[in-house]
Amino acid sequence: MFKIEVLGTGCAKCTKLEENARKAADELGVEYEILKVKDVNDIMNYGVMITPALVVNGVVKVAGKVPSVEEVKKMING
Amino acid sequence: MGDCACNSGTKLIYSCSGVADVGEIADRTVRLLRKEGFAQGSCIAAVGAGLPGYVQSAKGADVNITVDGCPVACSRRILENIGITPVSYIVTEMGFKKGSTPVTTEVIEAVCANIREGKMDKPKEKTFVLSGGGCGCGGNC
Repeated sequence: MFKIEVLGTGCAKCTKLEENARKAADELGVEYEILKVKDVNDIMNYGVMITPALVVNGVVKVAGKVPSVEEVKKMING
Repeated sequence: MGDCACNSGTKLIYSCSGVADVGEIADRTVRLLRKEGFAQGSCIAAVGAGLPGYVQSAKGADVNITVDGCPVACSRRILENIGITPVSYIVTEMGFKKGSTPVTTEVIEAVCANIREGKMDKPKEKTFVLSGGGCGCGGNC
């Protein structure tokens, strides 16, 4: 089970990142849950200074960018 | 925290926070610039420690700015170690001498002004006389 978190306050890029993450996980066929983290303190606890950010199983994989579906797949697998 | 990257031109700024006078000046300069909104502050120690949130934030920023006290340039080198070339400012290259520069509002404002204006030149060395305190090495120990 992969725990995927999308960190951001809800802007268009955050929405796009969630969409890409969902698509990537679906295409990989893995079991997952996606959580949206909007609370600034929760985001800060990850040390993330710029959003959107993607966290997979507790590890920040990217911040300040929207990775492509293929890039997210590598982040989930890596 | 920060800005959402929907806003273009995300700038992160770091200081070396070294123990000498110029390190303290770098630290206080960055705190002042952060407060006035020149850039968003981040922690160079956390980047050096390899904490993923800070490392990825540095990689995702449009511009990373380092303010080091001296030419050892620890904060710049920490970013270079993760493949980032920051805009680098060094307090001693602005004419302030390590070990004999008082940490005053005037000095900090002068360093801030150089950074705000993007000045990378090296003005004539400024000298100060310290009134005492500390171990007496003048910040060189």
